[in-house]
Amino acid sequence: MKQKLWRFPGGLHLAGHKSESTSVPVTKARLPNRLVLPLQQHIGEPAKPLVAPGDRVLKGQMIAAASGYVSVPLHAPTSGTVIEIAEYPIPHPSGLSAPCIVIESDGTDKWCERRPLAHYQTLEPSALRNVLREAGIVGLGGAGFPTFIKLNPGPDRKVDTLILNGAECEPYITCDDMLMRERADEIVAGLAIMRHALQAAHCIIGIEDNKPDACAAIAQALRKVGMIDMRVMQVPTRYPAGGEKQLIQVLTGKEVPSNGLPIHIGIVCHNVATAAAVYRAIMHGEPLIARYVTITSAGTGAGVHAPRNLEVLFGTPMRELIEQCSGALTPGFQTIMGGPMMGFAVHDTAAPVIKTTHCVLVTQQATTAPALPCIRCGACVEACPASLLPQQLYWHARAKEFDKTQDYNLFDCIECGACAAVCPSNIPLVQYYRYAKGEIWTREREKQKADVARQRHEFRLARLAQEKADREARHAEKKAALALKQAQQEEKIH
Amino acid sequence: MSTPSSPYVHTAGSVTTVMLRVIYALLPGIAAYVWFFGWGVAVNIVFAVVVALVCEAGMLALRGRPLKPFLLDGSAAVTAVLLALALPSLAPWWMTLIGTAFAIIIAKQLYGGLGFNPFNPAMIGYVVLLISFPREMTLWLAPEMVSGHSMGETMSTNPIFGHLGGKGWEWINGLFLLGGLWLIYKKVISWHIPVTVLGSLALMAAVYFLIDRDLYASPLFHLFSGAAILGAFFIATDPVTASTTPRGRLYYGAGIGVFTYIIRTWGGYPDGIAFAVLLMNMAAPMIDYYTRPRVFGHKD
Repeated sequence: MKQKLWRFPGGLHLAGHKSESTSVPVTKARLPNRLVLPLQQHIGEPAKPLVAPGDRVLKGQMIAAASGYVSVPLHAPTSGTVIEIAEYPIPHPSGLSAPCIVIESDGTDKWCERRPLAHYQTLEPSALRNVLREAGIVGLGGAGFPTFIKLNPGPDRKVDTLILNGAECEPYITCDDMLMRERADEIVAGLAIMRHALQAAHCIIGIEDNKPDACAAIAQALRKVGMIDMRVMQVPTRYPAGGEKQLIQVLTGKEVPSNGLPIHIGIVCHNVATAAAVYRAIMHGEPLIARYVTITSAGTGAGVHAPRNLEVLFGTPMRELIEQCSGALTPGFQTIMGGPMMGFAVHDTAAPVIKTTHCVLVTQQATTAPALPCIRCGACVEACPASLLPQQLYWHARAKEFDKTQDYNLFDCIECGACAAVCPSNIPLVQYYRYAKGEIWTREREKQKADVARQRHEFRLARLAQEKADREARHAEKKAALALKQAQQEEKIH
Repeated sequence: MSTPSSPYVHTAGSVTTVMLRVIYALLPGIAAYVWFFGWGVAVNIVFAVVVALVCEAGMLALRGRPLKPFLLDGSAAVTAVLLALALPSLAPWWMTLIGTAFAIIIAKQLYGGLGFNPFNPAMIGYVVLLISFPREMTLWLAPEMVSGHSMGETMSTNPIFGHLGGKGWEWINGLFLLGGLWLIYKKVISWHIPVTVLGSLALMAAVYFLIDRDLYASPLFHLFSGAAILGAFFIATDPVTASTTPRGRLYYGAGIGVFTYIIRTWGGYPDGIAFAVLLMNMAAPMIDYYTRPRVFGHKD
């Protein structure tokens, strides 16, 4: 039966470069001597350390607790000793350092006590969410939003469709592809658990049609467990089909409203790797401490000679992974975390793999021609999946007319990079949009501060005016009393 | 220089590729032009390109801009070729010089160079010449008049010539049409502008042709004579000065077609493409403002 599919506007056909890293099965990366674990590997508040230097930790033991609602704890990926809590380079576009827990591995990889929950169906969804939160699970598709929050539709919202995102539309990245091929059963089991938590009516697994093996593996896993009400759907390979809003549109024909969330139209979307992590947390009691990571290179020349996917413990330095895949970092090459469309250059390859690292891509440093002026050719308009006018956004962002950029719906830009990829003038468009967004956020924060100050000032002026009025009133009263007294005295005299 | 942030892939060609493709697409039509009317136009084109590049280089130097990227972008050459094609093929050299220099120096560089000119430079150059030297600008040749040209006799007797437009022009324009279609195929231009320019021109012509066949020329004559096809595919589609939204391009093109017909039929000039394009250039920013596409996730 052929399912009806919809289309999202714009998009690009990109060379996939997927086969390079899918020829060998996934193996475990070597256990590193030292693991560097940033306290913030997710969207939200950083976790708070529960350990101190010198403490012995076991694999899977919680080493930092969630702080606040939008936060998740952090666990030791292997057994060893905490040697330091200090600032280390983290994988971030800024290249800044951030607080990390450093663990020296003892080489035994000894687990702490695990508590599987074989009968998750008997648990309330809220209890289930709590287990997943304690397991430190965040979205593994790249954004790293705490999963337990996305599994909470809220008291008066019903979830119609739960979508698992296996589109993996960025070139070079194949970690979800390999996970679907090798651990389809775990993904399907995880999906069942998520559905229980959400009480979702329908489940769809969306996979781009350039991954037939993954699709077949998932379909077989569904048949094996008799999940006839969960469907696999192949979506046309077109970047960015794996964007949450785009995949939802292709599969359901619905548009996530601007400034809204998928849940507002009864849809929840999770990554396939997140589903597998949910399965491991519930059925094996394992917190999130490792993931599949694609190690590959783009372009010709040096780079990674044996591209592949590795199962990597968080905290492993990217440099060690590149070396394990017969790669070397020679001058003129740069390391990108993520794909070539939305990833960012890592300034120091000592930076560790974290929960949101799906790909370590070594590329030649581009010798791109300098940007020419925009010739308004409109290639970007045709490529934009959000139906924006990138050339107008660029024009106004460049002129620092931030109000105008908002008129042109800057905040509907998902920063997929399609516009910049097709720009004949080679303008780094997305960089301008990031800059404009940053400026607008800064100004809003400043405005809020100024508003508070202004309110205080106005309150003070009002208070002073009131005091003055009171004083004058008292004065007038006294004067009147005095005048009356004088008048009475004069009357007596006469 | 490394790209400071993502994306790290670039799939498109460069501005140079775009401009070169425009010139390639013009070559078949130019070849036919030479075939029917002799080498005059080719000399004009080469001279205009040289003048354009010299003016561009001089202005870039005066403005303190880098020469190499802007001379190699090909935009000045495209302007020169289009202007030369718009001139009568035996136009004196000083007219080509004045028109090209005005187009590059005043209409393009003084407004900020590539990407910043509000009006199509080639058409500004053309209009300056048309207003200043109306007599020279309307001395168009018939193929027979080119002395020693072997095509002359064939064309005046052979029935495959002279049916749609002026003699020989239907072939030249047919090849420009082919080149234009190739540009659409190569995604250098989108279909919106050429289709609406020619469509609205043909529609206007058809309406008046049906009203009075003796007074008004047929739609086919309008499409295949003068600069209609050249204008629709190569001049109106100049990205810098045209409307840039998909829907806006429809209005923009339709406007050019309608104005062209009005000027051709009731105006004081034989062809109206240049004025129509310039008029719609003026309207392009407003059209863009009112034809913004519905953004994803927004209600209509």
